[in-house]
Amino acid sequence: MDWQAFWLTLRLAMLVAIALGVIGLPIAYWLAYSRWRWKFLVEAVIALPIVLPPTVLGFYVLVALGSRSPLGRWWQGLTGHTLAFTFEGLLIGSMIYSLPFAVQPFAAAFASVDTRLISASATLGASRLRTFFRVILPLSLPGVVTGLALSFAHTMGEFGVVLMVGGNIPNATRTVSIAIYDYVQAFDFASANQTAVILLMLSFGLLSIVYAVNRKTWAIWSWK
Amino acid sequence: MEVAQRNDEAATRSGDFSAEDVRALELRILKRFASREGQFTLDIAFTAKPGITILFGASGAGKTTLLNCIAGLAVPNSGQITVARQTFFDDQRRINVPVQRRGVGYVLQDLALFPHMTAEENICYGLASGTAVERKRRSDAMLESFRISHLRTRKPREISGGERQRVALARTLVTNPCLLLLDEPLAALDAATKSKIIEDLRVWNETHSIPILYVTHSRAEVFALGERVLLLDKGQVIADGVPHEVMTAPRQETVAQLVGFENIFDVTVVSLREDRGTMTCRLTNNGLELETPLVKAEINAKLRVGIAAGDILLASSRPTGLSAQNIIPGKMISLAQRDMIIVAKVDCGVEMETHLTLAARDALHLQPGQPVWLVIKTHSCHLMSV
Repeated sequence: MDWQAFWLTLRLAMLVAIALGVIGLPIAYWLAYSRWRWKFLVEAVIALPIVLPPTVLGFYVLVALGSRSPLGRWWQGLTGHTLAFTFEGLLIGSMIYSLPFAVQPFAAAFASVDTRLISASATLGASRLRTFFRVILPLSLPGVVTGLALSFAHTMGEFGVVLMVGGNIPNATRTVSIAIYDYVQAFDFASANQTAVILLMLSFGLLSIVYAVNRKTWAIWSWK
Repeated sequence: MEVAQRNDEAATRSGDFSAEDVRALELRILKRFASREGQFTLDIAFTAKPGITILFGASGAGKTTLLNCIAGLAVPNSGQITVARQTFFDDQRRINVPVQRRGVGYVLQDLALFPHMTAEENICYGLASGTAVERKRRSDAMLESFRISHLRTRKPREISGGERQRVALARTLVTNPCLLLLDEPLAALDAATKSKIIEDLRVWNETHSIPILYVTHSRAEVFALGERVLLLDKGQVIADGVPHEVMTAPRQETVAQLVGFENIFDVTVVSLREDRGTMTCRLTNNGLELETPLVKAEINAKLRVGIAAGDILLASSRPTGLSAQNIIPGKMISLAQRDMIIVAKVDCGVEMETHLTLAARDALHLQPGQPVWLVIKTHSCHLMSV
């Protein structure tokens, strides 16, 4: 059982969820309320990771992070090493890969907030920011929790992008899914099984939370 | 600044510089928009002084769009909107103050209370400035004056419609708006609850004295409020005055208006009682006289009167001591049951239709051929131009 890979994956998933919370909420706000005519193009770009093979996505991320790209060169000048095959590179790749899983539930939740409440808030003198934090966000909480949980769970289980961008470096880019692949390659089915079961349970637990927060009424608490 | 000067001049010219004019809403806008019935143009100009001004019109007359333009939620194509001498919108000077900074109180049609906040949190929402103590004091005073202190900790879904209405009004008024817009705010309430809330609103406005635009499509509400009313139709103001003048002018008879009246008669105006707000009309066919509400008409004018069958009372002996002025003897022609009502036809020289309940028929032992008396209140007679 590779605990190191396990903690690395948890750390990665946690950071991805937090980062997508920070950059995903403004993107979702824009998607939900913008009337720009070309908005659908942005929506399509954000949704791409859902349909692209992870290897294709991973390939482009690798190229973009490599020492020949402007981003790669800038990072190399800053830190002295390339982004590819590092934890930071893996983080960036995972964020892009999980972006639609965070942004789509956020945007759907924002769009379902009654626009009359937003109008009422404005007539009461509230700024857009105040309206967002006091009205839109609280009323979208199930959607926000869903987006965060899905991006966490999705990062836990990713394989293709990690393989392309991160490689298989212990304590830097070796995640649980890569570890399982390695165990199977080495015919160590017992370890593969142990790790897989833990990943399965964790994913199940997270998805249960997602469906629980999105449930409108709780039949078992009906007497309340 | 320019507007303020102009107002000053106007006030000086007219000789009285009253506080009312200073706080007034002045508006002249043109707004084109697409509605379900196609392209629609709102073309409106009026001034509203402090106190209630009613905007009356059928749905689709442009009432809500007008309010949205004043609040800043919609942008007119051209025109000016000025409240208390402050310009909110002027297309020529490229002024369009954002919603947040207009300070216009707007109670939306379905109230739009924040469902995740308690009544108190809702009311405090618009109080962004001031210390916590000051905000608490103001919201407490508001809860007190709208008699909702006991609802403080409850969420909107846990309180009744009338209480929600009070919370919505309190939430808006606590911000000390320079103008209050009410979009059919009391449509869902019963008359008693409605009049109590209006009374509290009037009391509040005695000290604040701001213009209040009250949108409604209910005739009963217009008469109950009894203030100046602007009649809106197809995006334009077609009449302006007190309800009595505006609402009771004989209207062009349309199919839609006739649908509500089972009894329609041609009449001639016999006499006008301007002091009482009534007049007497004689039915053209048989000389029967009816007392009706006063409308703008000359003696001998030909009008048409409509009476809903549900508004006519039926008595089996001559009634006495009634406030109603029209007591007409007649003879029962027929009684027919239609669903849960009895349709009675009575011969009074003309045939009149009246509706009764099953219980009323049984209690009065009504039979065809027996003498009956019909009782019609003055205001149940609706006058239309021929």
